[in-house]
Amino acid sequence: MSESATLIIEDVAAGYGAVQVLKGVSVTAPAGTITAVLGANGAGKTTLLRAIDGSVRPRRGRILLSGTDVAGRRPEDVARAGIAHVPEGQGVITELTVAENLQLGLLLRSRADRKGALEEIYQRFAILADRRNRAAGTLSGGERQMLVIARALATAPRVLLLDEPSLGLAPKVVSNVLQLIRGLRDEAGLTIVLVEQNARSALAIADTGIVLNLGAVVASAPAAALAADDALRRHYLGF
Amino acid sequence: MTTTPSEPDQTSSPDQQSRAVPIVTGSTPPAAAARQQGRVRVPTLARHLGIAVLAAVVLAIASAMIGDYRDYELAEIAAFVVAVAGLTVLIGLSGQISIGNGAFMAVGGYTAALLFLHLQWPLVLVLLAATGAAALAGAIFGVAAARLRGPYLAGATLMLAVALPSLSTQFQSVLGGDQGLGFYISVPGFLGASFSLSRWQAWFNCAVALLVLVLLANLTRSRVGRNWRALRDDEVAASLAGLNVARLQIVAFIVSAACAGAGGVLLAVWIGTVSTSLFALGLSIQLLTAAVLGGLGSLTGAIWGSALLVIVPTFLADFATSHGMNQTTSSSVPILAYGVVLIVVMVAFPGGIQGGLIRFYNLRRRRPADYHQEEKGTT
Amino acid sequence: MVEFLNFTFEGLSAGMIYAAIGLSLVLIWRGTRVLNYAQGAMAMFTSYMALLVINATGNYWLGFAVALASGLVIGAVVERVVIRQVTGKPPLNAVIVSIGLLIGLEGLAGLLFSSNNRSFPPAYSINGLSIGSVALGITWNDVFTAVAVLAAAGVFAAVFRYTSVGLRLRATAFSPAVARLLGVRVGRMLTLGWALAGLLGALAGMLVTPSTFLSPNSMDVIFVLGFTAAVIGGLESPAGAVAGGLILGVVLSYAGGYLNSQVVNLFGLAALLLVLMLRPNGLFSSAPARRV
Repeated sequence: MSESATLIIEDVAAGYGAVQVLKGVSVTAPAGTITAVLGANGAGKTTLLRAIDGSVRPRRGRILLSGTDVAGRRPEDVARAGIAHVPEGQGVITELTVAENLQLGLLLRSRADRKGALEEIYQRFAILADRRNRAAGTLSGGERQMLVIARALATAPRVLLLDEPSLGLAPKVVSNVLQLIRGLRDEAGLTIVLVEQNARSALAIADTGIVLNLGAVVASAPAAALAADDALRRHYLGF
Repeated sequence: MTTTPSEPDQTSSPDQQSRAVPIVTGSTPPAAAARQQGRVRVPTLARHLGIAVLAAVVLAIASAMIGDYRDYELAEIAAFVVAVAGLTVLIGLSGQISIGNGAFMAVGGYTAALLFLHLQWPLVLVLLAATGAAALAGAIFGVAAARLRGPYLAGATLMLAVALPSLSTQFQSVLGGDQGLGFYISVPGFLGASFSLSRWQAWFNCAVALLVLVLLANLTRSRVGRNWRALRDDEVAASLAGLNVARLQIVAFIVSAACAGAGGVLLAVWIGTVSTSLFALGLSIQLLTAAVLGGLGSLTGAIWGSALLVIVPTFLADFATSHGMNQTTSSSVPILAYGVVLIVVMVAFPGGIQGGLIRFYNLRRRRPADYHQEEKGTT
Repeated sequence: MVEFLNFTFEGLSAGMIYAAIGLSLVLIWRGTRVLNYAQGAMAMFTSYMALLVINATGNYWLGFAVALASGLVIGAVVERVVIRQVTGKPPLNAVIVSIGLLIGLEGLAGLLFSSNNRSFPPAYSINGLSIGSVALGITWNDVFTAVAVLAAAGVFAAVFRYTSVGLRLRATAFSPAVARLLGVRVGRMLTLGWALAGLLGALAGMLVTPSTFLSPNSMDVIFVLGFTAAVIGGLESPAGAVAGGLILGVVLSYAGGYLNSQVVNLFGLAALLLVLMLRPNGLFSSAPARRV
C-alpha cells in the first residue's frame, strides 16, 4: 500500500441537469481515518462520492487530495491520482473471472509489482483465492463485495471511497465487511470515506461522522459524539 | 383548441401560439375543452382536407407556371413524399427502423408495371392494387420480423432491400431482369390534347401525395397513432397497459409498406420503366435519410426531406460540371455532400430540419412527447 | 459428391469473408454499441489505397500492408472524430451518422478514384486446385483467405484474452463506467476497438475485392451479407459471427449451385428470417449482457 492522503472537499456544489443535489458541501477526511458520510436517501451521499471520483463535474468548489485539486478531472484520471471508488451495487464485471477483475485493478501498478500484489490480495481474501478462475457473476453478494473492495485495493489507492458496502448483505456478512474496512485503516493506514445507510454500524468503526441532509452538511463531529447525540440520531439517522 | 400531447405535425394557427395550452392527458375531451375556450372545434379530417385542398390549388397553379422540367421534378418529389411519409411514421411513431422500404416500393412499382402491360387497367385501379400488393408484402415481413428489435430488425430490413429486387432477375421473362419493364402512360383524354405529360404527372403524383398525407395525418392523431407512440416510448409499459405490441408493429409495417408501394407506383409512372437498378439498396437508404433529415415522425418533414433528396443532388452535380469537372466525377459530388450533410445534421440537429425549424422559430410550445425520439431512438 | 464438396469449399471460402466483416461489426458493437454501416465502405476505401500503392510500386504485399495500416487509421479517425459525437445519444443518431459515412466515403472514392470498375489483383493464384483429376472448387487464394481470416481471428482472440490491452478492451466493452473507476482510459480503448475493426475490415476487403472488381459500391452487398452473418450469430458473440459467416456462405453456395444464382440473396433473407424467428437475438445469444 502507498502512503495515505488527506482528502479535503471544499464547498462543492454539484447536481444533474436542473437539479442541484449538493449545495456547498465541505468535508475533511484526515489521512488514515474512516469518515462516515450519513443521511437519508436522497441527501446527496452518492452524489458526493461521484463528485469526488469525477463522474459528476462539480459546479463549484475544490477537491484536494493531499493539496492537489482533482475537481473536474475525468474518472480515469482521478483513479490514477489515487482515489478508488467502490460504487453502490458493487460493479463486479460479471463477464470476467475473479482473477481478471483483480488484474484489471492491478493494471495501475507497475508490471514488477503486479504479481506480488496479487498474491497479497489472495492472502488477505481467502475466498477470492479459492474462486479465482470462476466467472465473477457466479459469486454471492458477500463475495462480490469482497471482490470489489479487493479490486479497488489492487490499484494501490491513497483514498478509498465506499458507497453502501453493506447493501443487500446478510448481517453476519455485513459485520465481516466492516471488520475488513476497519482493518484497512488500522493495518494499511488508508484514508477511507464510508457512505452508509446503516448509520449505527458505520459510526461503530468510523473516526469522524458527517451527516448530510438535502445536499448540505448538518452535522460534523467525532463518531462517538454523533452516536451519543440522541436528538441528531433520531432526527437524521433514524435510530 | 386543445390537442393530445404527441402531435408530430400540424400547421399551427395564430390562436394556438398566443394561448398556453395545457397538456391533455385524456381527461378533457378536445371538443368540450374547445367549447370551454369559446372556439368552434373543427373536426380533424375536415381541417386536414381543407389544408390539402388549398395546397392542391396552389400546386396546380404553380405547376402551370414553372415549366415542364420543374413539373417533372415536382412529380418526382411527390412520389418520394409518399414513401418517405410512410417511413417517417414507421420510425418516428412506432419506433421501428427499416432500411428496406425500397423493396416495398419495388413491389408497388413492379405490380403496377405488370398491370399496365398485361391487363391495361386504368391508373387509379393500378395504384390501389399495387398499394395493396405492397401492403401484403409489408404484412408478411411484419409478421416474420415481429420479435425483432434494434439492429436485428435493421439487419433483416437491409437483407430485404437487397434480396427482394433480385426476384426480378430470377423471373426474368416475367419481370424483365436488369432491363426491366417499360410501359407507356398517357395524359387522360379529359384534359385535352395539348396538356403536357409532365404537368399531368405532377398533378397526379401531387394529388396522391396530398391524399396520403391527409390519411397519415389522421392516422397519427387517432388511437392507433397514440398507441404507436406509447409502444415507441416504452414497450414494456405499453404491453402492460394492454396494448397488443405485435399487432401494432405489424400494422405500422403494413402502413409504411403501403405508402412505399404507392410511392413506387408514382415513381414508376414518372419514369415509365421499372428495373432492379431503380429499386436497389441505395433507394432504401435515400428514403431513410430523407425521413431523418426532415425530422422523424413529422409529415411536414417528409416534404422537406424529399425535396432535398431530389433537388440538391442535381443542383450540386450541375454546379460541379459547370465548374469543369467531368460528368462521371461530378456525379460523385452530391453523394459526398449528402453523406457530409447527414453527419453534420445528426451531430448538430438531431431533430432534423423540422426540429430545427421548430427550435429556431419557436413555432410551437415544445411538447415532451415530440422529442422522445431524442431519448429513445430506435427500439 | 464432388459437386457437393465444391460447393461446400466455395461456400466456406466466401463465408470467411462474411465472417471477417461480421467479426469486425461485432467488435465495434460490443465496444461502442454502434452498428457501423460504413464498415464495408471503409474496407472499399482501404482497398483503393492499396491499389494506388500496388500500381505505383508493383509490389502487392506492400499494398496489402498499406491497406491494413490505413484500416487502423481510418477506424481510429472515424471513432475519434465522428462516432465520439454520437456516443451516449439515441441509437438512431449513430445509425444515421454511420450511413452518412457510408455515403460520404462512396462519394469521396468516386471523386478521387472515379467510379469505374477496376480490376484488383489477388494475393495468390486464382486457378482452381485439384487433386489428381478432381477439381476441388477452390483456389490457392481461397486457401490464403481462410488462413488469413482464421489467423486474424485467432490473434484477436489471443490479444483479448491474454494481454493487458485485451483486458482493458473487454472491460471497456462490458462496463465502461466501472472500467473508468479503475483507471482505464475508456476513450482510448474505444478508439483502439474501432481501429482493430478497421484492420479486420481492410483485410476482408483485400481478400474479396479481386473477385468483385473495385468500385465505390463494390463492398455494399458484401457488407450486407457480413451484417447478416453477425446477426445470425448474435451480435454479442465473436464466435457467433464466424459461425454465422460460414453457415451463410455455405447456404448461399448451395442455393447458388443447386438452384441458380438469382435466388442466392433470397435464400440469404430466408435463412436470416428463419434464424431470427426462432432466436430473435441470433443463434449464440444468451441472456442480454448486463451493463453496469
